[in-house]
Amino acid sequence: MEMTKSSGAEVKTRGHILIEDVVKVYDPEGAAVMAVDHCSLEIEAGEICMIVGPSGCGKTTLLNAIAGFHEITSGRILLDGEVLCSAQKPRAEPGPDRIVVFQNGALFPWKTNLENVVFGPVMQGRMTKAEALDRGRAMMADAGLAGVEHNYPGEVSSGMRRRVEIVRALMNNPAVLLLDEPYRALDSLTKSVMHEALLEIYYKNKVTIFFITHDLEEAIFLGHRVAIMTTRPCKPKKLLTVDIPHPRDYSVLTSKRFRELMQETSEAVHEEARKAFQAGEREG
Amino acid sequence: MAAGGARRINARVVTHGLVSILIFLVLWEVGSRSKVWLAWDAFGPLRDLIAAFGLKTHYLPWIGAVPAPSAVFKAWMGVIDQAGYWQSWYMSFQRVLGGFVAAMLIGIPYGLMLAVSRTAHGINFPVFESLRPIPPLAWVPASIIFWPTQELAIMFITFLGAFYTIVINVVGGAKSIDGRFFQAAQSMGASKWDIFKRIVLPGTLPSIMVGSAVGMGITWEVVVAAEMISGGGSQMGGSGGGLGFFIWNSYVGGSYEQIVVGMISIGIAGYVSSELLRSLGTYVTPWLRVR
Repeated sequence: MEMTKSSGAEVKTRGHILIEDVVKVYDPEGAAVMAVDHCSLEIEAGEICMIVGPSGCGKTTLLNAIAGFHEITSGRILLDGEVLCSAQKPRAEPGPDRIVVFQNGALFPWKTNLENVVFGPVMQGRMTKAEALDRGRAMMADAGLAGVEHNYPGEVSSGMRRRVEIVRALMNNPAVLLLDEPYRALDSLTKSVMHEALLEIYYKNKVTIFFITHDLEEAIFLGHRVAIMTTRPCKPKKLLTVDIPHPRDYSVLTSKRFRELMQETSEAVHEEARKAFQAGEREG
Repeated sequence: MAAGGARRINARVVTHGLVSILIFLVLWEVGSRSKVWLAWDAFGPLRDLIAAFGLKTHYLPWIGAVPAPSAVFKAWMGVIDQAGYWQSWYMSFQRVLGGFVAAMLIGIPYGLMLAVSRTAHGINFPVFESLRPIPPLAWVPASIIFWPTQELAIMFITFLGAFYTIVINVVGGAKSIDGRFFQAAQSMGASKWDIFKRIVLPGTLPSIMVGSAVGMGITWEVVVAAEMISGGGSQMGGSGGGLGFFIWNSYVGGSYEQIVVGMISIGIAGYVSSELLRSLGTYVTPWLRVR
């Protein structure tokens, strides 16, 4: 498709994220809780960057700051050289260049899958309804979703719903896809299919992917790089470059290099998980 | 295949419904004819048992004093070709619909406003919440004084019956919409008006339908009582005063069979209006049909 080519050309110029010294302190009635602690991270345009950390470590806080749903306390975040948010402007403006795919999905249940998919471009006035419908049908067919266009999200499997949501996100022509544990609720078999499907969609529409997970295997399988975060307050503890070439498929999981990378990182992840668990026990 | 299955289930539901109504009628007929069979020798112990509770022993308590369904049916056939009886239906339906439609027209936007605007909520809610516990029937005397015609007075009472329920459901429904829907819509460039039109409205629709169904039920409860109390619109003359007045009139005239005819008529009328509302609800919320 010609869109693939044009977005391929954009890869170098769009979707570069620079997180500089970001701090986020929640201040519920004076009891300051630091969620993100002087976190710095640079994500290349077109890169799949996996953010791994225990549940509740502050990863989602970071994602919400990029998306513009939450404020930051200090530091700044830049997208392609433009300041999204900083100490002076603590909250970024949400926009179609950064689309979130939510943990439990946020497809509008009262719209059919196709109506969901065309929502963005029509709202932005970037396409007419007819253009959007054509493009939406093509994108859905490309993602293996032909035949469920006129079903409601509630009528299809959760795996399909996630794919519809990713197609809906891509229809906005975003610079960055922000995925917040999108496959958490799926069973491991569906998950493996979804991983390959995501990579397939990614190879056709190169965007930067900021992908939050607590599943190390998922992280290494999908990511160019894996950032292992400390438990609350959250900052990168270890940055791993996954030197397994893309395109990847599921045979990677059984390769020697994959196992080595798992071994190299699992201890760091486990240590943070244990800390989070103990902290949770203290709080509880 | 699925349609065939649905039809089979429907047939079963209909059979169950008919059987249950039939059993109910038979028990009722037998019960109300207890004056006859309770006198038989075989029922001596049962008579003793009833006597032990200090009740009259020549019929079964309560049910024995109710006219039998066959007698009620006969009475029904007696009024079914009378314009006055259908006039009662018409009057009650008119009052119910008038009040109910007004409650929807005012209650839905009002509820949405309370849900969307914190200021509107802050200003309106205390007054709303202090008026809400006043039962609609307590408004009857005031309503008759305030409104120029008795029709408007009764419609106002039915309006109140549905209004509070609809508003409470709309506010609750709109406030329980998942915050992620708003975030997603905002990210995708939807304006405030778009978010209202495309997220808040459809997201509240199921609660609107639930509130309306409950409100409709209250409306029928209220209209009958209002008709009894207010005399059912004296300018319409005796039997033109709605089903509530029909019952009251039958009671005053000593026609107990007709009281039951009136009661059943209200049951049917309420059922029909709820069913219509349910179909409307299914029609406007097609995404909920698929579970």
